[in-house]
Amino acid sequence: MRFTLNGAAVSLDVVGSRRLLDVLREDLGKTGTKEGCGEGECGACSVLIDGEVVDSCLVAVGQVEGRNVITVEGLAGPRGELSLLQQAFIEHGAAQCGICTPGMLLAAHVLLKKEQRPDADDVREALAGNLCRCTGYTKIIEAVLSCGT
Amino acid sequence: MRDVTYLRPGNVRDAVQLYRTTPGCRPLAGGTDLMVMLHAGTLRPAPRAVLDLWSLPELKGVRRANDVLEIGAAEPYTGIIGSRDAQESVPALVAAARTIGAAQIQNRGTLGGNLANASPAGDTLPVLLAYDAVVVTDRRSIPIDEFFVGYRKTALADDELITAVRLPLGRDVVFRKVGTRAAQAISKVVLAVSREPARIAIGSVAEIPLRARRAEVALERNDIAGAVAAVADDIRPIDDVRSTAAYRRQVTQNVLRELLDAFARG
Ligand SMILES: Cc1cc2nc3c(=O)[nH]c(=O)nc-3n(C[C@H](O)[C@H](O)[C@H](O)COP(=O)(O)OP(=O)(O)OC[C@H]3O[C@@H](n4cnc5c(N)ncnc54)[C@H](O)[C@@H]3O)c2cc1C
Ligand code: FES
Ligand code: FES
Repeated sequence: MRFTLNGAAVSLDVVGSRRLLDVLREDLGKTGTKEGCGEGECGACSVLIDGEVVDSCLVAVGQVEGRNVITVEGLAGPRGELSLLQQAFIEHGAAQCGICTPGMLLAAHVLLKKEQRPDADDVREALAGNLCRCTGYTKIIEAVLSCGT
Repeated sequence: MRDVTYLRPGNVRDAVQLYRTTPGCRPLAGGTDLMVMLHAGTLRPAPRAVLDLWSLPELKGVRRANDVLEIGAAEPYTGIIGSRDAQESVPALVAAARTIGAAQIQNRGTLGGNLANASPAGDTLPVLLAYDAVVVTDRRSIPIDEFFVGYRKTALADDELITAVRLPLGRDVVFRKVGTRAAQAISKVVLAVSREPARIAIGSVAEIPLRARRAEVALERNDIAGAVAAVADDIRPIDDVRSTAAYRRQVTQNVLRELLDAFARG
C-alpha cells in the first residue's frame, strides 16, 4: 500500500487491518505518535489525515491508502526548525510529561489553520478530544492563543 | 489483528459480494466502535476479515433530492455538521452529531456505524426515529421504526449493508441530551421530539432506542401533562438497580416536559 507521510511517499507491505498507530510507531519509526488509552478517549495518538485530526488507534492502516498523513514529526520545518506553535508550547511550559503533547499540537494546528484568531472557547473545543494529566490545560490554552494572529 | 484480512472493495456491489462470500467478515466504516474491539479481541465471533466501506464514494455525501435529505452511510459527522442542507432541513440531527465525541470522533464516526451498532445509547438514533428516517440498504428500504429488533440487534440480514439514510424535509424536531457519555451508566437520557406528527423517541432508557407510543397518543391530543405521565410507562430503564431506573424515569419526564413546553411557547 502507498500513502504520503509528512510529505514523503511511503510504500509498505502490511496487513491493512493493523492500527495506523502501530504501523507508524513499529514499522515507520514515527514514535512521536503516542498511545494512551487505545480506545479513542485520550487523543495521544492523534494524527492528521488529509488535514483532519483523527485518533490513529481507531484507523486501520489500509484506510489511509492514497491519503496524506501528518504526524507530529511533520510539523517542524525541513531542517527540524520548530513551528511557531511548538515554540509557543515550550515558552508557555505547556508540556510536562509530554505524552499528550504531539496530539495537542496536531489538534491545535488544525484549529489555527481554520481560525486565525481563536478565543479560549474555540481552543477548548478544538482540544476537547485531547486529555492531559499534567498541566491542567491552562498553559496549553495560553500557548495556542499566543499563536493567534 | 495481523490475522484479520483487510478487504477494500471499490463499489457497493463488490462490497456486498465480498460480505456474502467471506467467512467471518465484518464491515468497517470510521472504526470508532469497531477498531477498539478488534484490537482488544473482544468481538464474538472473532472477525476474520474487515470490509472497508470508508472510502466508497456511493456511501458518502449529503444530498437533497425532491422531498428528502439523503445522507451517505459512511459520511462522517463532520460532513453532516458542515452541510448547509443538513443544517437547514434536519437541524436536530446536526445538533445530535455535534454532541458525539470530540473532533477526532466526529471526523470518523458515521450514521451507518451508529445504526448498525444499535446501542441503546446511540445518540443519533432517537433523532432518526423522530424524523421517521428510512434506512436504505444495498437491497431495500427499512423504516427506522422496524430497524431495531432487540438489544444491539437490527433488521439487517447477515450480508446486508447500509448505504444511506433518508430524512423528510420540513419536519420540526428538537433534540436534548442529558448527561455525558462517561456518566451514561447512571444519568444519560437522550430525547428527540416532533410535534407534528407526534413523535417522542428516547435513547438509553430501554434495550433499544424506542418511541414512546403512549406518550405520543397523548401528545396527539395536545395533552402535554398526559404525555409526560405516560412516558414513564413507555420506557423500560434497566431495573437491576432500582434507584437508577426511578431516577431515569424522573429525568426523562422532566426533559420531556421541558421540550414540550418549549414547543408550546413556539
Ligand atoms: C471517544 C468516543 C466517544 C464516542 N461518543 C459517542 C457519543 O457521544 N454518542 C454516540 O452515539 N456514539 C459515540 N461513540 C461511538 C461511535 O463513535 C459511534 O457509534 C459512531 O457513529 C460509529 O460509527 P463508525 O463509522 O465509527 O462505526 P464502525 O466502528 O466502523 O462500525 C460500527 C459497527 O457498525 C457496522 N457498520 C458500519 N458501517 C456499516 C454499514 N454501512 N452497513 C452495515 N454495518 C455497518 C460495523 O460492522 C460495526 O459493527 C463514541 C466513540 C468513541 C471512541
Ligand atoms: S490512544 Fe488513541 S485515543 Fe487514546
Ligand atoms: S503533559 Fe503529561 S499528559 Fe499532558
